[in-house]
Parts: sequence; C-alpha cells; structure tokens
Amino acid sequence: MSSVNRETPPAAGGRAGMKKDLPEHFQAYRHVWVFIELERGEVHPVSFELLGEGRKLADKLGVQLAGVVLGPPGEASWYAVAQAFAYGADLVYIVETPLLADYRNEPFTRAMTDLVNQYKPEILLLGATMRGRDLAGSVATTLLTGLTADCTQLDVDPDGSLAATRPTFGGSLLCTIYTLNCRPQMATVRPRVMAMPPRMDKPVGKVVQHKLSMLEDEIVTKVLGFLPDTQSVKANLAYADVVVAGGLGLGGAENLQVVTKLARALGAEYGCSRPLVQKGWMPAERQIGQTGKTIRPKLYIAAGISGAIQHRVGIEGADLIVAINTDANAPIFDFAHIGIATDAIRFLPALTEAFTRRLSPHNRDKLAS
Amino acid sequence: MHIVVCIKQVPDSAQIRVHPVTNTIMRQGVPTIINPYDLFALEAALTLRDIDGGEVTVLTMGPPMAEDALRKALTYGADRAVLLTDRFFAGSDTLATSFALAQAIGKIGETFGPPDIVFTGKQTIDGDTAQVGPGIAKRLDFLQLTYVARIASLDLDAREIKVERRAEGGMQMLKSKLPCLITMLEGVNVIRRGSLHDALRAARSQIVKWSAGEAGIEDLGKCGLRGSPTVVKRVFAPSSRAEKAVQIDTADKALRDLADELIAAIFARQPALEHELAFEGGSGQGA
Repeated sequence: MSSVNRETPPAAGGRAGMKKDLPEHFQAYRHVWVFIELERGEVHPVSFELLGEGRKLADKLGVQLAGVVLGPPGEASWYAVAQAFAYGADLVYIVETPLLADYRNEPFTRAMTDLVNQYKPEILLLGATMRGRDLAGSVATTLLTGLTADCTQLDVDPDGSLAATRPTFGGSLLCTIYTLNCRPQMATVRPRVMAMPPRMDKPVGKVVQHKLSMLEDEIVTKVLGFLPDTQSVKANLAYADVVVAGGLGLGGAENLQVVTKLARALGAEYGCSRPLVQKGWMPAERQIGQTGKTIRPKLYIAAGISGAIQHRVGIEGADLIVAINTDANAPIFDFAHIGIATDAIRFLPALTEAFTRRLSPHNRDKLAS
Repeated sequence: MHIVVCIKQVPDSAQIRVHPVTNTIMRQGVPTIINPYDLFALEAALTLRDIDGGEVTVLTMGPPMAEDALRKALTYGADRAVLLTDRFFAGSDTLATSFALAQAIGKIGETFGPPDIVFTGKQTIDGDTAQVGPGIAKRLDFLQLTYVARIASLDLDAREIKVERRAEGGMQMLKSKLPCLITMLEGVNVIRRGSLHDALRAARSQIVKWSAGEAGIEDLGKCGLRGSPTVVKRVFAPSSRAEKAVQIDTADKALRDLADELIAAIFARQPALEHELAFEGGSGQGA
C-alpha cells in the first residue's frame, strides 16, 4: 500500500506555493539525528552513510549531528556509540536496556518517540532496511509527521527545510518532497545509495542516556528465536566490489550459469534484473534495481540486461558499467561506460576464460614484478 | 475469524515505457494490476481462512476504477470487497492514506465483525514506501509484524500468533497477539488460481462502496492533501549521462579476441582493479 495520487506530476504544483510558517511549538526543534542500526554487535554500514549525509545537512544548518543508539546494555551498544562519533556525530543519545536486545517494533518505537518528544530534532534519518522501515513507519505515524522513503538526495533549502528527493514512476522521474508544518522531518535512505564517508576518528564526546518508559510485561511481542542466514543466502550484493548480473537476454534459467561462472572466476557477487525474479529464475535478494538492491561496485557487468529505468536506478553508483546485449539500441548502452553488442550467452564463457587466463598465477607474477 | 487484506491497484510497471525523445513517462493505455506484493498477503489470508474458517474482506482506497482490482481479488476467493473512494482522498500521502484505511477498517469491523488480522503487502511497486502497513497498525493500535515469511501457528482461543519474520541477517521467530497487522514478504507463496465458482461469484458480487462519510470519517482535514504533512514540490527527469557507452566493435572478431579486448578496456579504466582481483580475489561468492 502506498500514497495515492502522489505520483501525478501536474497535481504536484498544487500546494507547492503554500509553504506556511512552522507552528510555534515546532520552532524549538533543532539538530539532525541519525538512527544507528545495531545488528548483532555490528553497526549496519547504512548508518555511517547516513552520518555522512547528516553531517553535511547539520553543517549547512549550523546545528549538531546526533546519533541515536537503541540497544542492550554493555559493550555492543557502546561500540555503536564510539562508531557514531568516529563517523562524525557531535553527540549520541543512547537508550540501553535488555528490552532492546532484539529488534521489536513496540519498545523501539517507544524509545525513539520518547527521545524525539524530549529532545526535539528537526531532521531524523533512518536506513531503509527492514528494521529502519518498520521503525520509521510507526514513529512517523505516532508523531503524525511526514516521512519520505528511499531518498536518493538530501539537502536543505535556504529557509532551513529538508528537501528530500526520491525516485518516482519506478525511477523514471525524481521528485523533491518537503514536510511542511510538522517536525521532525523524517527520511529513509537505502543502503549504498549514499557514499561511505571517510572515518573521522573523532573521540567519544557527549553521550545523553535516556531510560525506556516501558517494562517487559507491557511488550506483547516476544522473540522466540533467531535463525541466522546460512552463508549461501547471505548475498552481499550491495557491498560487493565486482558484480555480474543477468537479464532476460539470457533466454532461460539454464543459461544463468554463464553469469555465475564469470562471477566465480572474478570472486564477484552475482545478481539479476527484476524480470528474472518475477520468473522465479533467481531469488528476490539477488535483484538489482529500484525495487531490489542498490549497488556501488568498482566493476559492474550486465549481461542480457536491456537497462529499464528501474534497473538503472540501482546501478548508477557503479564506477564502471560494462553492458553486453545483442540489441545495439538497448537503453543500457545509454548509461554503460563500455558496451559490446553481442550475445551474452556465447560471449560470457569466453570472457570467463579470458579473465581466468589474465588473472592466473603465471600472469600474476608478472603483475607483481 | 475475520481477516482484512488491504490491496492497491497499480499501473503494470512492466508495461510502462519512457518516451525516447521527451524522457517522460507514457502512461496512456498502461494496464492496471493488483500490486504484486499484495497477492502474497491475499494468499496468506486465504490460506488461514481455509484452515481456521471465517471470512476474508479485501479493501482498497482509490478511484472508482479500482473496483477492477477488488473484483480480481474476489476471483481468487476473497469473500467480500470494500472500495473506499472519494475525491477528498486525492493527494493523500502515506500518513493520510493510513488514516483513511484505518478508519475504513474500523467501519468494516462495525459492519461485518471486528478483524483479527489485517494483511498488507510489504510495499507497493509504484510508491515503494512500505509505510502504509505500519501506519495502519499504529492508527488501529494493532501489533505490527512486518516482512512475515511464514505464519507458524495461530491459536484463535488464546488469541496468539507465531510468525517467522525476515530481518537483516536472519529470520526472527516472534510470538504475538491478535489483533495484529501483518505485512507479508514476497515470494513466500503463490496466489491460487481461483475456482470457477469464485469467478462466477466475483462477477455477480456487489462491491461495497464507501465515501469518506460512509466510512465514518468525520475529520476530512486528516484526508487527502490537507491531511498530508508531506508535499511534492518538484518533479523532474534525472539528468542523463552526457556520453554514451564506448562500443567495442564486434565485426569479424573471434570471441576470445573480443574478450581480451574488453578486459584490456576494463583494466585501462580501472588500473587498480587488476591487482585486486589477481591477489585478493573478490569478496563475493559466485557459485
């Protein structure tokens, strides 16, 4: 479910000029917050990407950047605190209690909304992960404020309001969305959409500790267990350096092996465009594009992918895009860097062999000398 | 048991084309479908009904033509369909949408019996926000279970439900209570074909149509543009890359030579990459 009529451009101008003054009680809302996503002792990289963006917004606004850590008492949460400072936070709010050891909507929503109501940020950014989306939707509805999902660009206007830009129409157009008369202005950003900022190695600064206004007995949902993904399911597409992907041009599921074999030769991750997931040839977690993963590899090889807008949105951050497609007029050649108009099914095995030769120990020694 | 499934009629994005010259979307004649993610929610609901009995009501908010999506849902086996349609809803963002749908679910509860579970898809393919499900849960004060891959058990007497929820890095096993709102993960089931009986029933069925007032919504200020804290200020086309791809000429070349030429072109642009690939291997797991 989603917004209705939101995607009608002519209507968009309707309220554009109607920017009212922010109601009095929202004037006190200041500073930029980033939700630091703590996952089994690790901080999700999207939190660092958001701190990088948050830093720019805070500097433009002349305000502080704060991290929000919600987690169990002890080492893991304080590790997240230190990481938040290292990536640019000026201060960190922390709620630490065993009740926040595993993600559950009820206590996390309560912790976040209590913090917002007490300390009043003007901007709150979350990763568009499953956890971030679950939390952001509840928090925004509880606070009755605006939330813009999957932003690809964040900026502040001269008047200080957040300009959140996101793809619309399946990525063929972009729209810039404002939250007019409510605070905080909330936005989510998908992993890898923003560049990883350099680590600043700032020491731990001011930490504000806050208590959770909830007892375990008040939380209905209980966690019975957690089954970690096996290595084979854990596709790390979003953060891979080299990605090989296949599209409908491969003709059939039996030809996917030309993609996976090339990926193996390169130690790369493999993925696909949306139609392949819809046909059941590859699982959804391998889908690259607007409704799948956003990737930023150093090298992306697209085999038999025509380059629909929906796919393009997910790969534009790649350093080098190589496209192989029989149709010389395929849209993918409009945004790839190197193109070969040939049949990927026949060409990829040759490419795999050539890469293997080039990267063989024999050649490697030459490379080293 | 009473289950409400929220669906949305969306343009079939597979058939949307971008105008090659103006770079604008060509929507004319694009067929509409039920948001594909919603079908996983509908199938999960129908499966529960088949096991535990009860009724499945499908609900959508949209223009009058959204009736097509509801009728389609009836052919799959839903028992009742409600269309929430009113010009006051135009321009709703996710907050206003969740308000209207939650109000309608309240009215459905009064009229046809209170729902035990509300289902939605995990997101839509046109808005992609994944915000309306959580929004409805919060508005109704229902427990929120998102990205559910499997309903492990449902105990109607104890009002208890156990689900497997997809999370980063693994599957969370959760125990919760009814009433709850579930957003269903994609790919976890396959929508049934629907029987001939259902098809005939769908064709004859009267679809319940409610305006804002008929759905019991008194505060129209919470609907549509007026009820939406967010506003779209600009819509624009993404800037396209200035230069097109450098095409490697394929004429009269052996595949092997072509492959070598491509690799040379890749490493010419990314000199550090060859060293990384040769010595560190990649981080991936091509199989």
